[in-house]
Amino acid sequence: MTALLPRRGLAQILALIVILAVDRVVSPQFFDLRLQDGRLFGSLIDVLNRGTPVALLSLGMVLVIATRGIDLSVGAIMAISGAIAASLADSHGLPVVLAAALGAGLVCGLWNGFLVAVLGMQPIVATLILMVAGRGIAQLITEGRIVTFSSPDLVWLGNGSILGIPMPVAIALGMLILTGAVVRGSALGLLIEATGGNARASELAGVGTRAMILAVYVWCGVCAALAGVIAAADIMGADANNAGLWLELDAILAVVIGGTSLFGGRFSLVLAVLGALIIQTMNTGILLSGYPPEFNLLVKAVVVLAVLLLQSPKLSGISGVVARLRGTKP
Amino acid sequence: MTPKALFAASATAALLLALPANAAELTIGFSQIGSESGWRAAETSVSKQEAAKRKVNFKIADAQQKQENQIKAIRSFIAQNVDAIFLAPVVSTGWDSVLKEAKEAKIPVVLLDRDIDPSGKELYLTAVTSDSVHEGAVAGDWLAKTVGDKACNVVELQGTVGASVAANRKKGFDTAIAKHANLKVVRSQTGDFTRAKGKEVMESFIKAEGGGKNICAVYAHNDDMMVGAIQAMKEAGLKPGKDILTVSIDAVPDIFKAMVAGEANATVELTPNMAGPAFDAVAAFKEKGTVPPKWIQTESRLLTAADNPQKEYDGKKGLGY
Repeated sequence: MTALLPRRGLAQILALIVILAVDRVVSPQFFDLRLQDGRLFGSLIDVLNRGTPVALLSLGMVLVIATRGIDLSVGAIMAISGAIAASLADSHGLPVVLAAALGAGLVCGLWNGFLVAVLGMQPIVATLILMVAGRGIAQLITEGRIVTFSSPDLVWLGNGSILGIPMPVAIALGMLILTGAVVRGSALGLLIEATGGNARASELAGVGTRAMILAVYVWCGVCAALAGVIAAADIMGADANNAGLWLELDAILAVVIGGTSLFGGRFSLVLAVLGALIIQTMNTGILLSGYPPEFNLLVKAVVVLAVLLLQSPKLSGISGVVARLRGTKP
Repeated sequence: MTPKALFAASATAALLLALPANAAELTIGFSQIGSESGWRAAETSVSKQEAAKRKVNFKIADAQQKQENQIKAIRSFIAQNVDAIFLAPVVSTGWDSVLKEAKEAKIPVVLLDRDIDPSGKELYLTAVTSDSVHEGAVAGDWLAKTVGDKACNVVELQGTVGASVAANRKKGFDTAIAKHANLKVVRSQTGDFTRAKGKEVMESFIKAEGGGKNICAVYAHNDDMMVGAIQAMKEAGLKPGKDILTVSIDAVPDIFKAMVAGEANATVELTPNMAGPAFDAVAAFKEKGTVPPKWIQTESRLLTAADNPQKEYDGKKGLGY
């Protein structure tokens, strides 16, 4: 995995360190950690824990974007899978609940993939359909209410821990390793990048681009469903109106902050997850700062702009010129 | 899910069967916004109950959050020559022409839960709404009374930034505690009226205020955020309701569940029964010609652990919250 972090990740790591430092300034106890009921407790853990849904979404999203696609429906898929998980939790065992919720995500992904890969629809339009309809489906499942449950198994997924690490974080880490192993441990990642780089050339070279596109949307759906289950488990209920609302945008932002181009052709899983962590580090910092909430979005926008400027090739070009004028090597 | 759906279906069926048999005196059409929240669903079911109680022939049109659907529904109620129209307006402007049509047809219109643009005051009979500034004040007064003279740091979970309800509930609370120098809002952040955000924001409040030791009470603009905040407090090893007092607004069933468990202290009810007073106003207007005041304010009941939360929970859980 470290092989994936040559020079490319520098801007992101730098950004994360700077934001962490700012968080430390606005909140002196930011790095304090202690054990609470056998689970690590502190602002850093909050960042990891609250960042999990977007991190999971970005894992799927980055692959979709690598094929030059985009998936706007992930927030709605979260709402659907959360609604299914919450409705079944008290009457069925955890395996059934998980199978049903993740199965729903898989079906949603298949639908998106079918529209894009088989019918050739533009990804932004194709996934917009499920973005709108999906929330309606979730509301139908919950009948417009917040469906609560008390099944300890599902609650454990959201609030339990392994060796002190919150379950959601452990799950996200597991998914990162699994996805990385599958796409980078084989030629799959390369084929996905080829599809995004130039679909026609790849097709002629014998890459099954259709299958690639279908596969990435399915994986994106499954990741979103998992995020939805975790979000529901976290609040012990499914809120179809609000679960995952606008998170598709955060996921896209995480991928972009991670340096993946929206034009496809290359991607980095680790940096996408790092992007999600950057967003959450910022969010948590804003909450800790005690500024009036009217500033939340403004601060976020300014920070995102700064992070993106940091990795803009034009800007590094300028700094290169400056360096040359000074007579040093860029 | 299924028994509930079955119950709802049978209740509706019973209602449908009951109506024609009773030779209803009044026919009233209700243009409801749609299913935007649990409270809205509860308002619809309570309206049906209140109509059945008064043997009113009650027709509900669901507008699916669209004003044009509401206007269509009102026009169709006018065409059916109903005795009165209830309107829960999805937005506050753009009602003038359709309400003029109703006025010309001599059909009184009663606004439920929300007001419309002031230019239309003569276009409706009365508005039955809650006063959200007052709701905040009731919450603040309860806290001031409960705390007494002790110094108390309050953290506030605001509703969505820009929502008038959030601004009003904040204003009412702030005004109520301004009289008490020992009460101070030390942190205030938006939780967007949702459980997930309420939990996340409370987590950060706890970290920022010495692990929660410096917090004496939480005020949330709605119960859902409080339910999330209660979870955050429990996960931080605090005892909500004991270590930290809680007061929120809305009175949804789950807050009573928390009260039964001793984890919540008080809530201010936003009653889902807006239709009841509206039915009475229309009946009085039709029978005796009594013109009601332009604004009928619903009661903002304060409900605490002493008010039999189990009974409140049982009464509310079937309403569709």
